[in-house]
Amino acid sequence: MSLKNKLHVLKRKFRSSKYAPAFNALHTFLYLPDETTHGGTHIKVADDLKRTMNTVIMAMVPCLIFGMFNAGYQHHLATGAIDAVSGGFFSSEFWTLANFSIGFWKILPLVIVSYGVGLGIEFLFAIIKKHEVEEGYLVTGMLVPLIVPVDIPLWMLAVAVAFGVVIGKEVFGGTGMNILNPALTIRAFLFFAYPTWMSGDKVWVEGAVERANEIAAGANLDAISGETILGSLAQGKDFAYSTADMFLGFIPGSVGETSTLLILLGGLFLIFTKIGSWRIMLSSALGAIVMGLIFNQVADAGIIGEGSKFYGLMNTPFWHHLMIGGFAFGTVFMATDPVTASQTNKGKWIYGFLVGFISILIRVFNPAYPEGVMLAILLMNVFAPTIDHYVIQGNVKKRMKRLKAKVA
Amino acid sequence: MGLLSKKDAKLITDPLADNNPITIQVLGICSALAITAQLKASIVMAISVMAVLGIGNVVISLMRNIIPSKIRIIVQLVVVAALVIIVDQVLKAFSYELSKTLSVFVGLIITNCIIMGRFEAFALGNGPWKSFLDGIGNAAGYGLILVIVGFFRELLGSGTLLGFKVLGDPIEKTGLYAIGYENNGFMLLSPMALIVVGIIIWVQRSRNKALIEDH
Repeated sequence: MSLKNKLHVLKRKFRSSKYAPAFNALHTFLYLPDETTHGGTHIKVADDLKRTMNTVIMAMVPCLIFGMFNAGYQHHLATGAIDAVSGGFFSSEFWTLANFSIGFWKILPLVIVSYGVGLGIEFLFAIIKKHEVEEGYLVTGMLVPLIVPVDIPLWMLAVAVAFGVVIGKEVFGGTGMNILNPALTIRAFLFFAYPTWMSGDKVWVEGAVERANEIAAGANLDAISGETILGSLAQGKDFAYSTADMFLGFIPGSVGETSTLLILLGGLFLIFTKIGSWRIMLSSALGAIVMGLIFNQVADAGIIGEGSKFYGLMNTPFWHHLMIGGFAFGTVFMATDPVTASQTNKGKWIYGFLVGFISILIRVFNPAYPEGVMLAILLMNVFAPTIDHYVIQGNVKKRMKRLKAKVA
Repeated sequence: MGLLSKKDAKLITDPLADNNPITIQVLGICSALAITAQLKASIVMAISVMAVLGIGNVVISLMRNIIPSKIRIIVQLVVVAALVIIVDQVLKAFSYELSKTLSVFVGLIITNCIIMGRFEAFALGNGPWKSFLDGIGNAAGYGLILVIVGFFRELLGSGTLLGFKVLGDPIEKTGLYAIGYENNGFMLLSPMALIVVGIIIWVQRSRNKALIEDH
């Protein structure tokens, strides 16, 4: 008997019990449902929620795989085992099995914990609240491992995921009802709860924290570290990465956010499949460029001197801002979340623009929170319904005027 | 029947659960967010509010027939202000460190909605004994939530309870810290107090469905 049939039999067996939603979810996750909707009118389209979610996950897979290679690469680079990449995207120093295996064994547990805890809570809530399991966590579960430092302790991730899913989503009524992006809620929780694990120059390189502890305990080892570009700039230090490194992603950072190129490819894929909103992606890039240009002008005009602690980030060429930190990743995969973004087309332009604008603003003026993108998106998530409200009211007013003109 | 009649006892027990000033009436939230990072501060705050509300309710109740209704808010303010200053001075005299921790929030008891609310809603229309019980009951309901929130915030945020390192020493790496546990810094920030209060509200209303407001 095939797995499909076995699941089907189990589903029938537990049909009237309270565990029915759990078996139903497993069955429909793996196979096409074998029953159709009964009665009433309903719209039938090919891309249901599950397919939408799977498309986004597919768009993220290149970032995940690159992240695995990069975790090993940063580790080996910091220990001095290999040289920095020299031959562009397909450099032989980067795509080695040694790099991949370090990243794979480090990042796979992150993915498992993220999905295990998150889906566990979703199943639990579905059983308690007696509804079918919703697919909402599929994307969140993949986003979470991509936006945390590679060395984050697994129990912290589990606590944060539990918090994010329960407080960020389930209390509002589950998938589709949440105000804040759950993945960013999880990251924000980690950021404020365990700041030492989310910033600094150790957490981005696999094994750096462990090694620092060993050195503190008396081991005879060289300390390894890798400061992110944003971190260096915020402290007014120089960094040794070229623009090509930034664009291709050979830099320290959260697991999946480093490669602007692959994020861009994922973004194009989302736009092509009409899952992600190109309006939001484009307008937030615009917002970031405008804010970056303003800061460049301020720095050029000499209003902020070189002694100022804001100078380093202000003087960064505006187009660098699009490639460093989590800006690209946040814009493509998080700001476009259809639940928490603005729904109206005009609203999407405003929402996206402000996401980009505020990201760079926070980045420059608050070096304590070098990653402005997370906070900017969360802030705009809160304002998205307000933006939509005014866009709709504006439209109503316009049409009322037109109607009056016609009558008169 | 002992000291209290059934009706009087209800004045005290009601605000503890089904008519709790914080979780049901959603009053006095500011101070619940501000001072609950430590359990000790929460307890002192609860006792201070109990003193002010208990005595204040009696004073207002005694004067209820001679206060002109047009200026009753001002009279109430004077009573609270006087009592709060006394509490503040007592704290400063006997427990200076703690009064520094509570800082401005002792003074801000004046603006605690629960106090003016009970004066208006109860003391102005009831006798002194009943008003006293009502004041104590509401302050206890307020204090109960403060202590619960303070307990979780101090335990998870600092790993201590009333200053005792119950989870081990984070610097020496003993107890839970030896196996990699770390304090949750988010617990010390005010938003987490709001979330903890929200969770209490959630638990309370799912245990007693009659409390869920319909919209």
